Amino acid sequence: MDAPGPRPFRAALHELAAEVGDQGPVAMVGGRTAWDVGGSVADDVREVRAPEGIVSIEPAEMTVRVGAGTPAAELDAALADSGQEVVIGGRKGGTVGGALAVGWSSIRRPAVGPARDCLLEAVIVGADGRLVRAGGPTVKNVTGYDLCRLLAGSLGTLGFIGEVLLRTRPRPELSAWMRGPWEPGVEPRLVVRPAAHLWDGTRSWLLLEGHPDDVERSMGTLQAEGGQEVDAPPPLPPHRWSLDPSTLGALLHDDHGGFVAEVGVGTVHRDLPQPVREVGPAVRTLHQRMTALFDPSGRLNPGRDVLHR
Amino acid sequence: MGSTSDDAALIAELVDRLGHDRVHHSSVDRALHRRDASLIDVGESGPICFPRSTAEVVACVQVARRHDRPFVARGAGTGLAGGAVPLEGAVVIVTTRMDAVLSIDAENLVAWVEPGVVNLDLSRRLAPLRLHFAPDPSSQQACTIGGNVANNSGGPHCLALGVTSAHVLAVEVVLPDGEVAMLGGLDPDPVGYDLRGAFVGGEGTLGIATRIAVRLTPNPVEVRTMLLGFGQVDDAAATVSGIIGAGVVPAAIEMMDALITRAAEDFVHAGYPLDAAAILLVEVDGPPARVAADVEVVERVAREHRVGSVRLASDAAERELLWKGRKSAFGAVARVMPNYYLHDTVVPRRRLVEVMRQVYEIAARHDLLVMNVFHAGDGNLHPLLMFDGREPGVLERVHAAGAEIVAASLAAGGVLSGEHGIGLEKQSFMELQFSSDDLAAQARLRAAFDPYGRSNPGKVLPLGASCADVASLRRVPDGTWI
Ligand SMILES: Cc1cc2nc3c(=O)[nH]c(=O)nc-3n(C[C@H](O)[C@H](O)[C@H](O)COP(=O)(O)OP(=O)(O)OC[C@H]3O[C@@H](n4cnc5c(N)ncnc54)[C@H](O)[C@@H]3O)c2cc1C
Repeated sequence: MDAPGPRPFRAALHELAAEVGDQGPVAMVGGRTAWDVGGSVADDVREVRAPEGIVSIEPAEMTVRVGAGTPAAELDAALADSGQEVVIGGRKGGTVGGALAVGWSSIRRPAVGPARDCLLEAVIVGADGRLVRAGGPTVKNVTGYDLCRLLAGSLGTLGFIGEVLLRTRPRPELSAWMRGPWEPGVEPRLVVRPAAHLWDGTRSWLLLEGHPDDVERSMGTLQAEGGQEVDAPPPLPPHRWSLDPSTLGALLHDDHGGFVAEVGVGTVHRDLPQPVREVGPAVRTLHQRMTALFDPSGRLNPGRDVLHR
Repeated sequence: MGSTSDDAALIAELVDRLGHDRVHHSSVDRALHRRDASLIDVGESGPICFPRSTAEVVACVQVARRHDRPFVARGAGTGLAGGAVPLEGAVVIVTTRMDAVLSIDAENLVAWVEPGVVNLDLSRRLAPLRLHFAPDPSSQQACTIGGNVANNSGGPHCLALGVTSAHVLAVEVVLPDGEVAMLGGLDPDPVGYDLRGAFVGGEGTLGIATRIAVRLTPNPVEVRTMLLGFGQVDDAAATVSGIIGAGVVPAAIEMMDALITRAAEDFVHAGYPLDAAAILLVEVDGPPARVAADVEVVERVAREHRVGSVRLASDAAERELLWKGRKSAFGAVARVMPNYYLHDTVVPRRRLVEVMRQVYEIAARHDLLVMNVFHAGDGNLHPLLMFDGREPGVLERVHAAGAEIVAASLAAGGVLSGEHGIGLEKQSFMELQFSSDDLAAQARLRAAFDPYGRSNPGKVLPLGASCADVASLRRVPDGTWI
């Protein structure tokens, strides 16, 4: 039996740590697809990139270990062979690490959960240039504090993600988008719980996923209620709003223009950005302490602020 | 610290805020609150408070602070890692009088609850709505939602749906400085860091949860529960990763080995196969065609691994009976020996076969009886080391065997805890899994919530990894601190 002890890091991660170092402002670049989220980093800040490539796929474990700089599309293609997938949000052309640092979830969130819950383990480079392992290598783990949840969506301000271990899931055998006149809350009862429900104020798009027989049965139910199959969901406007899903009805009467809302979730896609959201004084203090402790000199992704996203 | 006489001024002020009936401090009360459900016996309880509101929790925290006394939140005290064990005469803040389900929104699948709501009570309240709260720890008849949040607890049905963290949307927290913060929110991406996620699993060291918004889960359209009996433990263990490898994630896969199966059968008469070396309880749920297909895959994989008997529960009553045996397993073991030490580690599920073998070898080497009843689907081992506490020297053997099981789990690429947490129990093992840099990062998270270490101090991080040491930890060359 091997003597247990902290696991070593592969060379590419040591190289990243050396590059980040412990002095001067530095920015982590992914695919630059969400570069403006939380404010922009000045042009003259030194840039680093996370290692690219898939380290290992374990289908029977339903996990994959991947360099954070790997394009999300490459990860998806690599998992297709084993009939699995990792569902993290993020725009076309983005990297795995970028998607996690921004923390957006997929429109399939009702079926697959938020992006942050895929993250089992992360190797990060801290502001002191040292490598830190957050989380653990198993699908279930409550050992110590949950740094992974803190890191997801932190815009790289607490540490740069170099490598991650992600939970995979079985790819659905069949998926179908159905469009129809349904109002949120009064859509027909289905045997399949929709994996997504989008609504633009007049029409709904439901994504049905799962066993072909179940999906086809639900498609039949929806067709009988005025629905029809479509190839794709409506195009999503560029900005994301985060709203309490019980308040989506009010979108019909506000003056911020059109929308595509994720019913039951509360993410709303619009042409204009969401106004800055206020947080209470205690939460603000927690944020200040968190950044002061993790990055005392503010050198990681300077210019980005998680409270201004 | 913490002796009754020292406490007079502290007690007077607490009584002033809560009244006599809700501040307990007799030696009997202190004895009752100095332990949790573990064997840990180092606790020293200060006065015990029973607040009824967030404002009263704030008052308790502020009074403790004025008297320079730490505090510890306590739910039902069913924790198994010493999390609720008070140290240094900490003021014990019990949440059991904050047990209201505040609201249920069946359409948006959210309920607001107070922290003292008992886990099973919530799901009972939800049953008429065909909803439930997914985390179902085996202790669910007693443990509180606040305790579940603090320990990020799991249960048999967390395999497909995830542990507590995945079912908590927002938490109102009384921070160690007495401020009240709302972490998370009902919207999908609350602004800022995921402080909700950071708080869940904090084992009471980050403040006290006073209101919790939990995600509700609709009951599945269909459920099938299967009981699989195997002649070899290896075959049962290999079936687990075989099922996952075949692309099926059941709602639950629980494993019980022969000794505990017999004990449970004697107790519940569920019709468990007594000749099996191990049984698997596998549940699949979802829409009808999905369920039928998954049942087929599970059966096929089990047959490939020489399953001896396959029983499919024919109705809800039979399903409940099969589960009753599993859920009463801990009670049933009392018939075998008076005491047990329940371990909790996780290994990659593909390594279950070899680690199970090691668990039996380790127990045998220490001349101990071991029983296994565990969440096999996610590789979460729960070996019960059986003993009679009256036997001199037996506890040393139990601890030695436990340490070897922990080491074997880590060597197989596993982790220290899957659901019970670190508390006091596994603090000293943390350095086996984490480097000093890893621990320093965790200490920062803790320090952001509790810079002065007032909330349940002395838990989770090994002594010496407190944030005051962060600067010096950084200077230590790799490895030497370990
Ligand atoms: C027979 C048995 C079976 C068990 N089975 C399981 C299982 O299947 N899965 C599982 O995960 N666990 C299991 N457990 C462990 C235990 O029941 C869980 O950890 C449970 O969530 C603890 O809840 P509690 O209310 O008893 O918390 P306590 O034991 O009172 O406290 C546990 C921790 O939570 C903190 N805490 C409590 N309330 C709050 C609050 N409001 N705010 C902040 N911190 C708080 C305490 O300080 C302490 O650190 C089992 C225990 C027993 C005895």
